[in-house]
Amino acid sequence: MARRGWVGTLSTHALLALATLVAVFPILYAFQVSTLTFKEVFLFPPKVAPGHAFLENLAQAWERVGLGRLLLNSSLIALAVALGKICLSVMAAFAFTYFRDFPGKGVCFVIILITHMLPLPVRIVPTFQMMETFGWVNSYQALTIPFFASATGTLLFRQFFLTMPPALSEAARIDGAGPLGFLIRILLPLSANNLTALFMVEFLYMWNEYLWPLIITNSNDMRVVQVGIKMLVATDAQAEWNVIMAGVVAAMVPPLVVLLLLQRSFVRSISLGQEK
Amino acid sequence: MEGRFPNRMLPYALLFPSLAVVVVFLIAPAVQSLRLAFYEVSPFTGRGLFVGLSNFRVLLGSDIYRHSLEITLLVAAGIVVAGMTVSLGVAVLASQPLRGLGLYRVAILWPYALSPAVAGTIWALLFDPSTGPATLTIRALTGLSPNWMMNGAYAVWVVIVAASWKMLGFNVVFFLAGLQAVPAELREAAHVDGAGAARVFWRITFPILSPITFFLFVMNSLYAFFELFGLIDVMTQGGPGGATDILIYRLYQDAFISARWGMGSAQSILLFVMVGILTALQFRFAGRRVFYG
Repeated sequence: MARRGWVGTLSTHALLALATLVAVFPILYAFQVSTLTFKEVFLFPPKVAPGHAFLENLAQAWERVGLGRLLLNSSLIALAVALGKICLSVMAAFAFTYFRDFPGKGVCFVIILITHMLPLPVRIVPTFQMMETFGWVNSYQALTIPFFASATGTLLFRQFFLTMPPALSEAARIDGAGPLGFLIRILLPLSANNLTALFMVEFLYMWNEYLWPLIITNSNDMRVVQVGIKMLVATDAQAEWNVIMAGVVAAMVPPLVVLLLLQRSFVRSISLGQEK
Repeated sequence: MEGRFPNRMLPYALLFPSLAVVVVFLIAPAVQSLRLAFYEVSPFTGRGLFVGLSNFRVLLGSDIYRHSLEITLLVAAGIVVAGMTVSLGVAVLASQPLRGLGLYRVAILWPYALSPAVAGTIWALLFDPSTGPATLTIRALTGLSPNWMMNGAYAVWVVIVAASWKMLGFNVVFFLAGLQAVPAELREAAHVDGAGAARVFWRITFPILSPITFFLFVMNSLYAFFELFGLIDVMTQGGPGGATDILIYRLYQDAFISARWGMGSAQSILLFVMVGILTALQFRFAGRRVFYG
């Protein structure tokens, strides 16, 4: 490698700092605006120090679109979908890896993989009609159950199970453990990292979902927070950015907290794993 | 293989929930999409009338739909070319041995965790005509201050910038992983042979990165086609004057605002064709591991 002088290092740092600024500034600015009063948003030169109006803005947003209920709904469906996907994909991956080959195994595998080829937009009209037939429009079932299958999760756990030594299940079998006992008592504790990682990804995915909740819910008590942001933007003639950004912060922070909390246990379980 | 359980029925029972969800909520509706695409459905009675290929003919002949397709391709091209180029540049910088890299990487990944609706709202704020920092900065630098969101030619670029910004971290993470796979000896050998940094990059690093680049091309295209609904709905609602009316927004408008189920389903099928092409390309090239042409 060519020796780079301090000039090279410094300019690399400068460019990376610029990229970081581009990535982070819009988010930090959103936080900043959420703390300002309506008048302060339009000050020139702009106010750089955080303002004191965050709680008032949040209260405004809370009242206008019923933010509390929206946050509750988003949390419930993100939690349900993340857990549902984990359960179903662990079960499927276990079936694919820990049993003698069974007829139809290949077909089953392809059917689950097909999920990747069928994103919601290619089946949205009939799925909506099906919800009408089931009487599921505007329900938690419609917001969660159609999302429960996970090709990503199934592949993830299948790959992980395949790296386990066969002696593990052999030993469990000799000790008289059934397949489900082995899954629950041995395999799942060993999968803690993958479980956490998938939970983070799927919770975030469902929390951020927009199109399906928009069309399948039609009353304010079933709306989710992403749609709430749109409602905040739409209610304003002159955009009250301070109130809108308070809503945006409310939509951004909960998944961030989940990620940070889980990341700690994620990192800890990795380091525990390495100590053995 | 050793260590496998002998149960015959249990694997089916374990697979049943996943299969049931996929068949009922994914495959059956997708097949139904295909069927509906050949019908014209009355919004009032819900009755369908078989019309053959008429929906497709109407769609592909309509200026609105063709315009929507063009806009989608423009947005996809913008995200792929501009977004991925910047991401590659950032990844090259972040692959240098430097202090504090972890911090840069986490910071750059942050926007990827935001929802499309949140990202769109934040960028609408940045380009607010009277108070947006982006508007003010561009005015200070160039003297230009159009109403960004009210002018179609500009609005579509604001959308591209916002959408690329959200994908920056995702692209950087994959490019970084690819860059770490480039053998250092190879680059050093080229240096010894007198190749400059640019030449080393284009002749060695970039070809080795090609599978990652291709994977990201597919992911970014799928993102442009399927994930931008929330961003568009919050920022522009397809406007002004249809300037940001991407395919998925058009589908939503036709199917769920105008209740034209058959027309909506035909659009779903055309979208499926695009997923199919992109997925096929990925399988076609992902198998190849030849980097050197």
